[in-house]
Amino acid sequence: MAFYVVQFLTGLASAASLFLVASGLSIIFGVTRIVNFAHGAFYMIGAYIAFTLTERLSGAFGFWGSIVLAALAVALIGVLVEMVLLRRIYHAPELFQLLATFGLTLMVEDLVVLIWGPDDLVGRRAPGFKGAIDFFSQNIPSYDLFLIVLGPVVLGILWLLFQRTRWGVLVRAATQDRDMVAALGVNQKWLFTSVFAVGVFLAALGGALQIPRDAVHHAMDLRIIVEVFVVVVIGGLGSIVGAFVAAVLVSELNAFGILIFPKISIILVFLVMAVVLIVRPWGLFGKPEAAARKTPGLTVNPWRPLTSNERLASLAALVIAATLPLFAGNYALTVGSEIAIFVIFAVSLHFLMSVGGLASFGHAAYFGLGAYGIAFLAKMAGLPMIVCLLLGPLLGCMGAAVFGFFAVQLSGVYFAMLTLAFAQIVWSIAFQWVSVTGGDNGILGVWPEKWAASPSHFYWLALGVAALVTIALRIAVFSPFGYALRATRDSVLRSEAIGIDAKRIQWTAFVIAGTTAGIGGALFAYLKGSVFPDNLGISLSVDALVMVLLGGVETVSGAVIGAIVYKALNIWLVSQTDLSKLVLGGFIVLIVVVFPKGIVGMLEMLAQRRRKSSPPGSPLLAKPIESAE
Amino acid sequence: MKLTVQDLNSHYGPAHILFDIGFEVGEGEVVALLGRNGAGKSTTFRSIVGLVAQRSGRIMFEGKDVSAKPTHEIVREGLGYVPEERRIFTDLTVEENLEVGRQPKRPNAPHWTREKLFALFPNLGEMKNRPGGRMSGGEQQMLTIARTLMGNPSLVLLDEPSEGLSPKIVEQMVDAILTMKKEGVSIVVSEQNLHFARLISDRAYIIERGRICFGGTMAELDSRPDIRDAHLSL
Repeated sequence: MAFYVVQFLTGLASAASLFLVASGLSIIFGVTRIVNFAHGAFYMIGAYIAFTLTERLSGAFGFWGSIVLAALAVALIGVLVEMVLLRRIYHAPELFQLLATFGLTLMVEDLVVLIWGPDDLVGRRAPGFKGAIDFFSQNIPSYDLFLIVLGPVVLGILWLLFQRTRWGVLVRAATQDRDMVAALGVNQKWLFTSVFAVGVFLAALGGALQIPRDAVHHAMDLRIIVEVFVVVVIGGLGSIVGAFVAAVLVSELNAFGILIFPKISIILVFLVMAVVLIVRPWGLFGKPEAAARKTPGLTVNPWRPLTSNERLASLAALVIAATLPLFAGNYALTVGSEIAIFVIFAVSLHFLMSVGGLASFGHAAYFGLGAYGIAFLAKMAGLPMIVCLLLGPLLGCMGAAVFGFFAVQLSGVYFAMLTLAFAQIVWSIAFQWVSVTGGDNGILGVWPEKWAASPSHFYWLALGVAALVTIALRIAVFSPFGYALRATRDSVLRSEAIGIDAKRIQWTAFVIAGTTAGIGGALFAYLKGSVFPDNLGISLSVDALVMVLLGGVETVSGAVIGAIVYKALNIWLVSQTDLSKLVLGGFIVLIVVVFPKGIVGMLEMLAQRRRKSSPPGSPLLAKPIESAE
Repeated sequence: MKLTVQDLNSHYGPAHILFDIGFEVGEGEVVALLGRNGAGKSTTFRSIVGLVAQRSGRIMFEGKDVSAKPTHEIVREGLGYVPEERRIFTDLTVEENLEVGRQPKRPNAPHWTREKLFALFPNLGEMKNRPGGRMSGGEQQMLTIARTLMGNPSLVLLDEPSEGLSPKIVEQMVDAILTMKKEGVSIVVSEQNLHFARLISDRAYIIERGRICFGGTMAELDSRPDIRDAHLSL
């Protein structure tokens, strides 16, 4: 019994940091509507700076002073980030802000290694809380007890801040209606900056307080950010009480999951999150979101099919790409195959995200399922490659059919979070069901048959499939189904009013996107000769998002360009520099700030500007209007 | 002149909504902006306070050009705005809603306190701690006006204050607006309801399809039934 009590208390102690970080994320999202992916990075910097300061400043005052000082320093960094970067993109499509903060996260990951080195750093113990307390012959670290008390204290302080101060009233008002707050004479800019500073302060404090418990390392940002997303979604975005309750719930699930269900301990939290989202999509303490007001004129350029000239140009590009094996070496061909595969992956997400308006944060699940499908069929059933390639993606299709059914019941951020939860569930199964999936060791030896084994043959195969998939999805975009899907994206209510079964259309789109991603995954398994849980991991899902956003989310062909540029740059940078993440992250941030419409969106804008400025009667202006849809 | 609007043009995306809108409001005057649904009344107000991104033209308030300023600075000059949709903060109590609107005293405008506003709108004083979301439409309309008055404006843009209210509440609204006028607040009120406008206004403009097509005193408007019937008939 005493053991369980101690386990419970350990869970409560872990909840403290989680709550601090989650409440910060929640506050920031509430007012600015930014899903701050860099929140984990701020948490990590907080821990690193606190580590350095505690090494320099001695004594109890030095230790506690360092913790607070570190959090303040990071809050200052947060203010800079908000003023320099985020202020420019508050009016960009919401996912762009996610992309920008993701870029920031990449940069921070390399920067901390550059400054503090790659090794784990073990920090000082907290003065006054070094020992442990005996509880029926079980030990409880006294620092844990400190954290257990700290959580509710911070909750109380935040509650007072939001209920009893003018700042808190303004923040709550802005959470509901930013424009109205401005129309009452409040300077939104500074309100946003202060909110961001408070949120980042909480994240950094959470990180700094971890140093007596855990080693500081350069991957702690990703670990916490996923958990924090889960907490915030379970608790309800924007609710601080919800963040507290959910932090306790998640920490206790982690603490007891290992004891009671060791086989599914990782899944447990995500299962709970999925159930909460399905039953109460706005979280335990959140409020149902009012129907989002669409900004008029967001997509001013109507989509149109390619003109015959553009078709010829695309065909020429494809032909040129197909000649690569004539002059390139094996390494370049392997890279080419990988890029082609990621084009498939990116266009599948683009279909769901840009055409359907459903931004999935867990699209890698279906890519990975396709890969595992191949591994099972080829390695275990021993089927021929062609059959495998046809059947393998079906695993992605089935996964998308099951998860998609639940996911399309939600929309916006909640849809994104539910897809993330499902992807994590699939990842956990692959990771923990060692007897079937090989767990972390993956499944090795999935090689293509002879006819496709040489790098050039495989490249042609990948390129051909990528071209077919891209064409097929483009045809779907401009088919009646595509029109219906875009109608549900632009207004679910209006599309239902003209007889479109919105959920069904969205579900179908989800299955199409999942199956297509599965095709990419199937090829990927053959390319690498192996399958690992990472093939369905979060970082791969994020990669897909970045590729689509980079190309331009409001364009039809952006995903293809985005995938090529991102993947090529990524591979090239890894081979050229040790600081590839820093460069890549900086590149992403730059793109977001300078070209908020993505690469293709920018090109289209330039073309349009040229068209506008050209004198009347010019061939460009005289172009028949039929080409517009 | 308290407020002068010249050549105001506004767009929503590719759609041109307002065409060369121009009108004037004198010190302490109540001016009605009359027009049918969709004529451009709300867009005119939203453009004046800077809530419409794509706009051009000149907006002079108390002799200063405010057309290039962001919304919160325009409002802080003393130009209050009461939106048609009321836009009460539903999670906030009556007192908290008022707090959001609070701004420092202004030398050239009446100073409003909670107590003074609760005297003007007695209903609000009886529900200080009620969340905005649990109030009736009439109560919300009073709260949204009171909230704007907390900013001590010297001019208020009132967007369709009588819309959807019961006759009894409309009467209260007339009294409240006349009190505001007596205190020295200049008011521009947009209305579809000519009877309501007549009770409070000194002068009127008529807006139709984004253009001003009449401007004059209420008596002049009454002497032109043709204009009234062409642009305002129900």
